[in-house]
Amino acid sequence: MGVISVLFPEGSKRELLQKVPPSEPDFFVDLGLDQIVNTLTASREEEYHLRVFFFLPLQDIEAIRYRQEVMRDLEDENLAESIKTFSQGMHAVRTQLALSKKLYYKHNKEGWFLEAVATYCETVEKLAHSLSSSAIQSRGLCAFREYLLGYIRSSRFVTLKEATEKLRRDLADVEYCLIIDGGRVKVRRYEQEADYSKEIEKTFAKFRKDAAKDYKIQYPQRVEMNHVEAKIAELVARLFPEVFSSLEAYCAENADFLDGTVATFDREIQFYLAYLEYIAPLRRKGLQFCYPEVSDTCKDICAHETFDLALAYRLMSEGKTVVTNDFFLQGQERVFVVSGPNQGGKTTFARTFGQLHYLASLGCPVPGKVARLFLFDRIFTHFEREEDIKNLHGKLEDDLVRMHTILTQATSKSIIIINEIFNSTTLHDALLLSREIMERILQLDALCVWVTFVVELASLSDRIVSMVSTVSPDNPSVRTYKILRKPADGLAFALLIAEKYRLTRDQIKERIKP
Amino acid sequence: MKVFLMFRDHNFTLKKQRSPLVEELVKDLELAVLWEAMALGDDYLYEVAREAFLASCGDIETILYRQKVLEDCIRNASIVRDMYALVVKAIEMRKRSYLSGIFSRYPSSILSGAVGLLEVFVEMLRELRSFADRYAHRFTSEGFTRFFTMLQEELDDAYLAIVEEHLRELRLKRGALISARLGRGNVGEEYTLRKPRDSRGWRAPWQRRSPVYSFSIDPRDESGAKALSELRDRGVNIAANALAQSADHVVNFFESLRLELAFYVSCLNLYDQLTALGEPVTFPVPFPKEERKHLASGLYDPCLALVTKKKVVGNDLDACGKDLIIITGANQGGKSTFLRSIGIAQLMMQCGMFVPAESFGANLCERLFTHFRRREDTTLKSGKLDEELKRMSDIVDELTPNAMVLCNESFASTNEREGSEIARQIVSAFLDRRIKVVFVTHQYEFARSFLVSKMDNVLFLRAERESNGKRTFKIVEGEPLQTSYGEDVYRKVFETSENELPEKSSLQLSWR
Repeated sequence: MGVISVLFPEGSKRELLQKVPPSEPDFFVDLGLDQIVNTLTASREEEYHLRVFFFLPLQDIEAIRYRQEVMRDLEDENLAESIKTFSQGMHAVRTQLALSKKLYYKHNKEGWFLEAVATYCETVEKLAHSLSSSAIQSRGLCAFREYLLGYIRSSRFVTLKEATEKLRRDLADVEYCLIIDGGRVKVRRYEQEADYSKEIEKTFAKFRKDAAKDYKIQYPQRVEMNHVEAKIAELVARLFPEVFSSLEAYCAENADFLDGTVATFDREIQFYLAYLEYIAPLRRKGLQFCYPEVSDTCKDICAHETFDLALAYRLMSEGKTVVTNDFFLQGQERVFVVSGPNQGGKTTFARTFGQLHYLASLGCPVPGKVARLFLFDRIFTHFEREEDIKNLHGKLEDDLVRMHTILTQATSKSIIIINEIFNSTTLHDALLLSREIMERILQLDALCVWVTFVVELASLSDRIVSMVSTVSPDNPSVRTYKILRKPADGLAFALLIAEKYRLTRDQIKERIKP
Repeated sequence: MKVFLMFRDHNFTLKKQRSPLVEELVKDLELAVLWEAMALGDDYLYEVAREAFLASCGDIETILYRQKVLEDCIRNASIVRDMYALVVKAIEMRKRSYLSGIFSRYPSSILSGAVGLLEVFVEMLRELRSFADRYAHRFTSEGFTRFFTMLQEELDDAYLAIVEEHLRELRLKRGALISARLGRGNVGEEYTLRKPRDSRGWRAPWQRRSPVYSFSIDPRDESGAKALSELRDRGVNIAANALAQSADHVVNFFESLRLELAFYVSCLNLYDQLTALGEPVTFPVPFPKEERKHLASGLYDPCLALVTKKKVVGNDLDACGKDLIIITGANQGGKSTFLRSIGIAQLMMQCGMFVPAESFGANLCERLFTHFRRREDTTLKSGKLDEELKRMSDIVDELTPNAMVLCNESFASTNEREGSEIARQIVSAFLDRRIKVVFVTHQYEFARSFLVSKMDNVLFLRAERESNGKRTFKIVEGEPLQTSYGEDVYRKVFETSENELPEKSSLQLSWR
């Protein structure tokens, strides 16, 4: 049996991991996925190298379901908590082992090795105990549980544990005395001499009124021996020879005690924990997440009460509220054209659409109450960029070159997200070029979100859905951040603003007397 | 070891009484003058006098307990002052020994510092006990008798010898015996200083000592010496803490003693100054809060005496059975001074002191509040009446039955009819709630409203004025009159300046 993985079902293309480039995909920044992944892996990256898992969208529905099952199991806080405890334990094991390797004095090294094994045994047993009493259902976790229960009953583990416990007991019983007189140290066994602080307290008890200031100096428990401590330890070992010789033998016998499957689990499960931890504060604020239904054939997609995850995370930390939006495509509909006032949430909508699909392909729950999404092969984004002076093309040409590259690579299973291109040219040209590209996209049958000021684009075909950012009817300068499915009427908003400044046709006629 | 000179069964502690209402009280009664006299320039005495004064105590037993202790102090003033000086010296020793922060970073230094300090304290405790040995027979109060007996019992020679023996041992001349266990990574922990066994004792074979291994740090090995001294520090840490805390406990005992003696020493200071001016003082007779007793002869304002440095006019008062005293009469006729003397005597009585009078008795009050008219305050943003009402409302927040409120021309900032009505509303409510009120007022309407109702529990007093308009500063029983003799004052002011500005003053006179 191979190593059990909670991220990849047996037979899935786990080996693709090797091919994932270590840097994030092109569209990450455009969609805000970089912020999400950076934040949620931040505290774990050094130890677990999780980023690579987030750079690999899954290509088959079965693998996505496999992960969704595990994630659902981990929504049980008790289970997640006990796995976190396990991870902390494993972290401690690694730290202690590294320490033991690094140390110089023999008794010190051996002491920390023993400590690492003890932590390991305790951590593994505790996890087995919590898993055996929890109602897990996912294939991934069930398989791992089965393995783990077998492991802790194996003689390999049982022998290790018993030897460890005995040694720790014996070492804990060692008690000795130092007599420090100038630069001279005597070491002998402890002979039940009385604690001097107790004597002192007894003598002065009559003056005691209330709690006194603490004069104790806080000494950190030392980890590493210095040469004086090492010398003392040597003499203590001579006072208690049996204990120390069995410790020596134990270290030699158990040099590689760590189990491979346990170690893999420890790393892979972090993928889930990191994501759930990231969305937990948003859930507490009342925002909903759901496990999307994913299809690789049907393009009838939808999402209700969804939002931009990266933005929501930032707004939450600033104490602001998050506006949710809905969208759907049905039948032959393939393209959203988003128009309306600026800063009204258009770009956010486009990002949300991309994020949702990408997160779904990782097997994660996505922002929203319900979602039905499409399993894409690739995502392409074309967001407005700063002009690159090293680039010899002009801005318009550059836009077209990028668009061309996208269109040659995209398939009917791709997602294309376009944000304000051609705004460096005249409206007439923009309309012309946009129309051309739109036709190619429709031909491709790819899914697309296109944010544009060219409102005419929205009515080119019945396969295009018009979405409009809206303003508050009472005060047009207030954005609602709601993106609604309705005809693109570039005029309504302009009228409202004009009215506010008393610049409508009628108002101007009023103000300018004939 | 409890001092118990302020209370029969517990120690006195300094509670900082700082609130706007307390500050009003202090200002209105000019208590700072009194405390300065009690402190004689000593900040500590000032603080103690202030807080003892403000932490007025509400039970007769404690008041009488303190009166007896204070009587002892007055009779044995120099002994009490000597004892106080010894205690102050002990506390100074501690400050000198620990104030330099260097000691506190190393347990070994803490230990030797504490040993040194306690060696001095043992001497001081011995000296303190000798006060008891020599003078106990001269003291009769319950407080001092108990205190001296305690010193003799707790600090006998046998006990002091045990302490000295420990201190000698804790110099660790024979090296430090430290036990330890193995912690994580086999690094030693739980270092504990042990008391060595008497080495002469006989041992059975099974008690035979374990082998002893030893080594020495090379004299040139500086890091080794440092490591070893840290080990020793870890070893003595807990014991050093215990000893330093013990030293603190001894200091605390000295502190409590200083605190309680400081109160009596500050009383002695005041006593000396008032008697030097020829002013009488007397121990008051306290009555329960629920009763209404107020009986005084020769009651005066000690602050006025201290400031003018001469004997001032005393007044008699009989307000038994009265809930409300309304004082009217001549301007600058001594009404405010009289009101203050009532307040100050009340506070002095309630902290166990003598009072500024030939004789005095009164019921205790729950708390004392003052509501004096602010004349000079120009910083106010809101109107004067608003300010007055706000202050009164703050007082009402804190009031309970059997409290006492002293009002000085309250609500005079508005016209008489309104002011009178406001005052009448408030005072009537106070009476309903059994709050004792002394009210100095010019407002005839207000005074008259209580006069016509012929209530038994209201007393009317008046600042006396001779027929020629001269003030005697005597406050006597008398119903309110419709004029407050403002004209007299007016005239007095203008007569003195008439020579310089005859035209202007005559002009103003004719206005009236």
